[in-house]
Amino acid sequence: MSDENKKSGWFSRLKAGLSRSSSKLGDGIGSIFTKRKLDDESIEELEELLITSDLGVATSARLAANLAKTRFDKDVDPLEVRESLAAEIEKILEPVALPLEPDGTKAPHIILMVGVNGSGKTTTIGKLASHYKARGLKVMMAAGDTFRAAAIEQLQIWGERTGCPVVAKETGSDAAGLAYEAIERARSEKADVLLIDTAGRLHNKSDLMAELQKVLRVIRKLDATAPHDIVLVLDATTGQNALSQIGTFKELIDITGLVVTKLDGSARGGILVALAEKYSLPVHAIGVGETAEDLRPFTARDFSRSLMGLGNS
Amino acid sequence: MFDSLQERLGSVFDKLKRRGALSEADVTAALREVRVALLEADVALPVVKDFVEKVKVEAVGQNVLKSVTPGQMVIKIVNDQLSAMLGADHVGLNLQVTPPAVIMMVGLQGSGKTTSTAKISKRLTEKERKKVLMASLDVRRPAAQEQLRVLGEQIAVRTLNIVPGEQPVAIAKRAVQTAALEGFDVVMLDTAGRLAIDEELMAEVAAVRDAAKPAETLLVADAMTGQDAVNVADTFNQKVGLTGIVMTRMDGDARGGATLSMRAVTGCPIKLMGVGEKLDELEDFHPSRVASRILGMGDIVSLVEKASENFELEEAEKLAAKIQKGKFDLNDLGSQLKQMQKMGGLSSLMNMLPGMNAGQMKKLKDAKLDDSIIKRQLAILSSMTPLEREKPEVIKAKRRTRIAGGSGTSVQEVNKLLKQHQEAARMMKKVQKMGKKGMMRGGLQNLMPPGMGGFPK
Repeated sequence: MSDENKKSGWFSRLKAGLSRSSSKLGDGIGSIFTKRKLDDESIEELEELLITSDLGVATSARLAANLAKTRFDKDVDPLEVRESLAAEIEKILEPVALPLEPDGTKAPHIILMVGVNGSGKTTTIGKLASHYKARGLKVMMAAGDTFRAAAIEQLQIWGERTGCPVVAKETGSDAAGLAYEAIERARSEKADVLLIDTAGRLHNKSDLMAELQKVLRVIRKLDATAPHDIVLVLDATTGQNALSQIGTFKELIDITGLVVTKLDGSARGGILVALAEKYSLPVHAIGVGETAEDLRPFTARDFSRSLMGLGNS
Repeated sequence: MFDSLQERLGSVFDKLKRRGALSEADVTAALREVRVALLEADVALPVVKDFVEKVKVEAVGQNVLKSVTPGQMVIKIVNDQLSAMLGADHVGLNLQVTPPAVIMMVGLQGSGKTTSTAKISKRLTEKERKKVLMASLDVRRPAAQEQLRVLGEQIAVRTLNIVPGEQPVAIAKRAVQTAALEGFDVVMLDTAGRLAIDEELMAEVAAVRDAAKPAETLLVADAMTGQDAVNVADTFNQKVGLTGIVMTRMDGDARGGATLSMRAVTGCPIKLMGVGEKLDELEDFHPSRVASRILGMGDIVSLVEKASENFELEEAEKLAAKIQKGKFDLNDLGSQLKQMQKMGGLSSLMNMLPGMNAGQMKKLKDAKLDDSIIKRQLAILSSMTPLEREKPEVIKAKRRTRIAGGSGTSVQEVNKLLKQHQEAARMMKKVQKMGKKGMMRGGLQNLMPPGMGGFPK
């Protein structure tokens, strides 16, 4: 990301990925505020527009009201509105934009991936492994989704692609036991990073959440400070239920951060703003495409500007 | 399933019901809350607007102001509209074509296509005695084909053998040919997850459709989907042409607004819903039931049925007569408890009760009411002498100890019951003052003993 070329390349990818929501928001704001004053009606329309991006009722209302406070009854041009909203959203997101950096002194730095079914845990692990490997770290993965058919094979294929070893047992075996073995092996092979996959589970299933708590207990038998990161993988197309999802995972297993996937294409991503407001959990990375390069650190400015359909100025 | 929306609308209608008359401003206010509730439930904005508008027109046209129970009137209109939006009735899978009937599954990544494919196959095999062949056209996600093969083994349904490197259209053709040659009734095609805006992949799935000519093209969608549900459904419908929708993760706690949005925007019926991780956890989608639940009318129909079945008229009359005299002894409390038990206990009553607001629901949950309380209280009552039941005031310390011993409970529990009775008796006196009409208006809330069956205020 230090390289300027690379940065603009990434930004355009993010923008292309978010193009649907951003062009929709941008166009929408354009049609509301062209040759019009900021009045009650246009504020309400703006609020609705923001709601359609999954920002949620409360956040949308607040953003629109903030805008009204400073510019009510004045002529505003659409670009100004977009700039102003982007700045507001950036302010909300800035504190949560923290990359997932393995701590070299931990050896292995243990990262546990959790989330509901189909959010993209296994794919995210594969992508992260590829990143860390490219940085010269020794990475190991643990196929802890012992429930879903072929989840282990899926991670093993990622193992082949990235050249990282995968610790696996057969489907149906105990996930906690597998995590234990994986940590022992990562220690003996002196891995820098250990990425542990888990089976997808809905947060309202108490038995499955208890199983996850057991995995944590077992990991902590080996290392009381582990897992060093407990990352919830969230599908960006998820609506307001994301709030309840994260609330429950936070309460029961104390997740430390988020990776938001599938922000490309049809996803809207406004939910990220609502989440940042409510939980202030770090957002480590966002996924905007299928390749490993499409999983990137989350930057508040890039995200908020592309959400509003603005250039990277 | 839709608990949160139910609670939300419940609190809205609570306000309505507590007023004698309903002004037009009230309707507007209520609908504003309905609108926010629906938005927070992830129902897409255009669908919400449309819905609220329709309800408003209906409500005004029906002269809500003159109706006897204005709150119920609005609930009914909202419910009718919601049911209409979700579709009239359950629509099953259409397999009435020359075999093999092809069912193509499409959707976004991670929506649950492969699992749903297996669930539907299992159901068709076991319940409808169909010979099903499954084929995975997902050549993109690592091990996706393997996933379907393993699921096939678990449910004893044949999967098309995997030929590495074969492309989706070719796999689809081979699947249909194999099925035709070997006499399969149904071919399930599990396609790769794709983004609605990915032109290339949408073209691919359209090509598969042209090659396989599916009888059913089912969109698999996550019940947790947000505002984007309309776009996803609309794009898939336009590019591929849908015949139905399968909602997955309905066992989660999402409010499920996506269900409404998708149905409204595509006009396609929601045919099935996934309600668990196990492969038999697939259910028919019943629109009217879902609509009722959303509105917190729950099973008001079943509640009324149950009540009339179980509430013995004779006892009710006896009770009414006693209340008229301002008398409410422990025998009456006992018979009330028994009625409640007959109606399926507290928990089932709570679920069926309409108009519980969020706060009440939460308090009830926090109170961890369970039906064993009723049992214990009945035990306490039956450990009393007839005199004690008729004249609770004679129960002093010694009697309390005896009753606790006899019923296997503690003195504290006996005290609690007596206190409850005192409160109930006091309420009954109030009711008596209000007259019979007052009691009817108070409804169920007053009929239940306070502190337990009564709703925490």
